[in-house]
Amino acid sequence: MELDAANENQVIIKPPISNVGIIGWMRKNLFSSPLNTILTIIIVSILWFSVIPFLKWALIDSCWLPDADCKETGGACWSIISSNYKIILFGFYPQNILWRPITAIVILVSLLSISRNRNYWNAFLGYSWLISLVIMGLLLKGGLFGLESVDIEKWGGIILTLLLSVFGLTAAYPLGILLALGRQSEMPVIKTFCIFYIELIRGVPLISLLFMSSVVFPLFLPEGVSINGILRAQVAIILFTAAYIAEVVRGGLQGMNKGQFEAADSIGLNYYQTMRLIILPQALKIVIPPSVSVLISAFKDTSLVVIIGLYDLLKTTQTTLSEPKWMGFSAEAYIFIALIYFICCFFMSTYSRKLEKELNTDLK
Amino acid sequence: MNTENAEKVDISSEDTVIKIVNMHKWYGDFHVLKNINLNIKRKERIVVCGPSGSGKSTLIRCINRLEEHQKGQIIVDGIELTKDLKNIEKVRSEVGMVFQHFNLFPHLSILENLTIGPIWVRKTPKREAEEIAMYYLEKVQIAEQAAKFPGQLSGGQQQRVAIARSLCMKPNIMLFDEATSALDPEMVKEVLDVMISLAQDGMTMVVVTHEMGFAKSVAHRVLFMDEGEIIEENEPEAFFNTPQNDRTKMFLSQILH
Repeated sequence: MELDAANENQVIIKPPISNVGIIGWMRKNLFSSPLNTILTIIIVSILWFSVIPFLKWALIDSCWLPDADCKETGGACWSIISSNYKIILFGFYPQNILWRPITAIVILVSLLSISRNRNYWNAFLGYSWLISLVIMGLLLKGGLFGLESVDIEKWGGIILTLLLSVFGLTAAYPLGILLALGRQSEMPVIKTFCIFYIELIRGVPLISLLFMSSVVFPLFLPEGVSINGILRAQVAIILFTAAYIAEVVRGGLQGMNKGQFEAADSIGLNYYQTMRLIILPQALKIVIPPSVSVLISAFKDTSLVVIIGLYDLLKTTQTTLSEPKWMGFSAEAYIFIALIYFICCFFMSTYSRKLEKELNTDLK
Repeated sequence: MNTENAEKVDISSEDTVIKIVNMHKWYGDFHVLKNINLNIKRKERIVVCGPSGSGKSTLIRCINRLEEHQKGQIIVDGIELTKDLKNIEKVRSEVGMVFQHFNLFPHLSILENLTIGPIWVRKTPKREAEEIAMYYLEKVQIAEQAAKFPGQLSGGQQQRVAIARSLCMKPNIMLFDEATSALDPEMVKEVLDVMISLAQDGMTMVVVTHEMGFAKSVAHRVLFMDEGEIIEENEPEAFFNTPQNDRTKMFLSQILH
């Protein structure tokens, strides 16, 4: 109450006009010195001469309808997308039953968005994931309940990209944590193995691993045995990403205060309890930003499977572009898939920021 | 400081809970603890003092095996500390420890900090563990903070929570490793008061501290350590009034001004 009274007696002095509002903001941030003024003018003119023509190309002069004759318009030819979106998004999946992959993707996306909210993390959601995985698999593969069977080799486009990345990342993360713990282990055999694994995998490019999985690995299989190419690529991506995650997690583990281990020890918690309840929750929280960087780049790296002939989003786009009718419109097609990649990556990075905020218990 | 009740605790019986025999410890080549022999009886309160680097923290950290000794024996509550992990975990669950820097778990609420030990080590049902936790939070007079996180509390409050966390394991012995050294001066008393009330309840305590007032009024025995050895041990009155060893005299003259 005393504070309120004191406030009432205070004379309120408003800041000078030039410091607030749009003019104040502009003066402070855009025209604070001669150099900044020049830079502002240069940047605005660059934007003016690049953004305006781009918008004109992309939106005004463009043609959108499927099978329109793009050669005559001066702008973007979005017809390449509207005519070929089925191929680009779903590859060679039979076009008469596209409702199946679409349903599967809708299920996946809705589960992912529900799982964003940690309040919903319970056993029920876990079971929903398990059941949905079976349903999604069934929808894609078919062969049961009167659903037409679709060969796995025909899964393409966004189906393949999502398959490789969602399973790749969810499997790589726990594996990476195990490798990081192994590297910190006091047991020499485990420690050596983990160090060897991590350094070896980090020392080779993903492309070479993918080649190994598609070309070299089958040579060692007994005759008559073959493992699906998508599965091999999937395993290569998991093994590769896990090594990077391991190093990120190790950073978090090393950043932990020794006192936390001692406090856990002094209560009598054993190694697994200490790691699971005390150390990992804190260490993983510290490394959310670098982990998400690794996951985002791993997601984009799934497009490298183009090289071993899998029809992911990038490859199906290239296939469309190789048709004579659509030659010369690669910019439009690539902008389209770039947008898809961007949306997914943006989703991951906003989620990581949300998670960081939720898990911040320092409250400082 | 009210210690009337504390004086009545009976330690005359021959019930030894911590027995250390010819114990040595090295950090690499550095001989940190030299031939330590110590018997601590049930309900006895020992204060360990000495200049920094004298090995006093290392000594009490050996008692719950946060540090490993290389020679000699340490027997806690009838269990000898060896490389046997089962024994170590058993001893640790019987021995509570309070650290200089509190070491609360920052990602858990105060209540969860207290229940984690009973739930996972003692396999106490969650409800019951929470009741125990609230009882001890009440005891350290901080029950209203149960839902907060450690980062929201003051140093003194955090240290009281840390004491309560140890108590939730119903330990037979409590070790205090400079529990008040990292606190702002105005918070030292609230933590010392909790320690005194523990003493009144008859807890066996080994306390490393620079709080000589606490040593005088609460300890049954004061040990003075220097360069890894126990130089002198005596009842507080004799220890402070008629120290025998020159190093003890010098230390006391420095610390008491």
